[in-house]
Amino acid sequence: MAKIAFDDDSAVVIIGSGAGGGTLANELCQKGIKVVVLEAGAMQSVASFINDEWKSFSQLAWLDARTTSGNWRIAKDFPGLPAWICKTVGGTTTHWAGASLRFQEHEFKVRTHYGAIKGANLMDWPLTLKDLEPWYDKAEDKMGVTRTHGIPGLPGNNNFKVMHAGATKLGYKEVHTGNMAINSRPRDGRGSCQQIGFCFQGCKSGAKWSTLYTELPKAEATGNLDLRPESHVTRIEHNAAGKVSAVVYVDKAGQEQRQKARIVCVAGNSIETPRLLLMSASDKFRDGLANSSGQVGRNYMRHMTGSVYAAFKEPVQMFRGTTMAGVVGDEARNNPKRGFVGGYEMETLSLGVPFMAAFLDPGGWGEEFAWWMEHYSQLAGMWLVGEDMPRETNRVTLNAKVKDKYGNPVPNVHFDDHANDVAMRNHAYTQGERVYQAAGAIRTFRTPPYPSTHNLGTCRMGASAADSVCNAYGQTHDIPNLFISDGSQFTTGGAENPTLTIVALAIRQADHIATRMSQRAL
Amino acid sequence: MQAIRIATASRGAASAATTGHQAPLTRREFLKGTGLLLGTLAIGTPIAALAPSRAWALELKALDTATGDTLLKFGRVLYPHPNLPDAVYALLVKDLDAMAAADPKMAGQLRDGVAGLDRAAGGAFAKAKPAAQLAAVKAIEGKPFFATVRGKCVTALYDNEMTWTAFGYPGESFSKGGYIRRGFQDLKWLPDPPEDASPPPFLG
Repeated sequence: MAKIAFDDDSAVVIIGSGAGGGTLANELCQKGIKVVVLEAGAMQSVASFINDEWKSFSQLAWLDARTTSGNWRIAKDFPGLPAWICKTVGGTTTHWAGASLRFQEHEFKVRTHYGAIKGANLMDWPLTLKDLEPWYDKAEDKMGVTRTHGIPGLPGNNNFKVMHAGATKLGYKEVHTGNMAINSRPRDGRGSCQQIGFCFQGCKSGAKWSTLYTELPKAEATGNLDLRPESHVTRIEHNAAGKVSAVVYVDKAGQEQRQKARIVCVAGNSIETPRLLLMSASDKFRDGLANSSGQVGRNYMRHMTGSVYAAFKEPVQMFRGTTMAGVVGDEARNNPKRGFVGGYEMETLSLGVPFMAAFLDPGGWGEEFAWWMEHYSQLAGMWLVGEDMPRETNRVTLNAKVKDKYGNPVPNVHFDDHANDVAMRNHAYTQGERVYQAAGAIRTFRTPPYPSTHNLGTCRMGASAADSVCNAYGQTHDIPNLFISDGSQFTTGGAENPTLTIVALAIRQADHIATRMSQRAL
Repeated sequence: MQAIRIATASRGAASAATTGHQAPLTRREFLKGTGLLLGTLAIGTPIAALAPSRAWALELKALDTATGDTLLKFGRVLYPHPNLPDAVYALLVKDLDAMAAADPKMAGQLRDGVAGLDRAAGGAFAKAKPAAQLAAVKAIEGKPFFATVRGKCVTALYDNEMTWTAFGYPGESFSKGGYIRRGFQDLKWLPDPPEDASPPPFLG
């Protein structure tokens, strides 16, 4: 591994090691560029991952204080936990389920396709599906996505059998075990899926793609990476010319360090990324870095989500095998006749008994709740995930009243459901219940959203510096050597799980940075 | 008969029940706590089959026996599982007692809360009829005491191996090789999906 001196100002400093940061690091290192990765979390491994929901949650989740506001149910059910994302080397790629779906063409141009929608800040992306297709292709190859590049699909588990039987009976056509970044065959030095379950707890077989044991070790092997776990960034500094010049962080010993930088790429997920830009306000940038548009922290999206669980007379044992074992894609298209714009995916999901108790019906108690828990082994489950409306007022701000252990303001996450989100959720609940009823369910249950796993949009990309934070390469409009390298870049959310798009954008961004560096433009 | 001691952590209690490594309680140890809950696991249940002994005991550090017993019954009203033994609900009392021992304000909230339940039940909540118990719990729904106990139930009652066994959840699977050869697609009461939707597993 490289050891890059604190006063060496020739390296690219990446904040975060997840899907965006970890991928970007490897891509740059492969091109011979020196990289420092500052990761707030600690190093884990497939050996140290734990097949136990609460213990794993303590090991991997980002549990630093956060606050919430707005009319979303999360603010009532989990006021201190707006998001279920990770603080560990590899970031949330340790926890993600592996679903790797491309955006649809219209989802890059929603303002054009959906028109103006009251209370929504819709905007077209500054790039198209055609622009991103070659990068999607590289991302799918890198991640080993099933049903691409000749990689077979995964075998469906019992939970998928129930979904498939109900969905096909209902007339749905696009029902299969999905495009998953989980090895269905040994590939890229990693083994194939052992159907362990516990995908959310870190894949102990390493079959699921995570930057922890793919991108980061490959980057280290080049000799160009200096990976520093347990390094919590508190501030990005700039020089008199208004270019970023250094990153200040607290290391694992609690010492403040200052790493000089040629380029800074922020990939802290869509809550910490805008928080860091806002916390880095200076005399020159009084509203925070890269915030001349006022859009940093705004347009926070978290996908329309919800779950349906269904009880059957016979055992299902949904916990056996991959957590996200299959997808119904028919409702993902934009069909405003349903009463809302955009679409949603239906994806199997399973929770163990400990998390079922926490998430089935937060705050619930009594005989009905007990009935569902006792029928655990007869339950099938699906997650509903769709495009939500970006709103300027849904935003991450600094909460000056609550400080973290470094004395910095914690992020407040404000979210009000848009009427379109509510209409889509109700449609999705109904269709999810119909799927299970078609498969013979004796009862169905509408589970409210979990803490957000798909956090998006708080530093959106756009064609104009007036109403967006960064350009189509994630380069901030205001500061040319400051990049946004995670899902914060998303102009709008699409219906699809975002990781594949984050990875595709990171590969594309690395190519752009390398080109501009070689041209001495950066 | 030696009693299984409900140990200091929920999962510890379950492993004590399955491994039997805990030493039996002595009379002197019984007297150290301010309260004591005792129980017996029913014969012929999967949980009893796991345990080295059917008798169990929980010493309380901060709460007295009557308070502990009322909290146990409160847990049974909140999450009524007739097939779970009192030993599971004793885990709730153990966790609440630990909170009370660490924080005098919490101890006060629990004692006052129990007194409130007794008042709402028109006598001893622990001895009241099920309908009266349910009415008493509904009467305090939303109060901080209710939120404390209900919140603690989520982990105490459902994050332990006794409950998992009763509900058919086996917990970790990695050490057993996952489910690829252990029934991940053994459901027989629905048709199998076609191979293009669900290709056969790769078994190496």
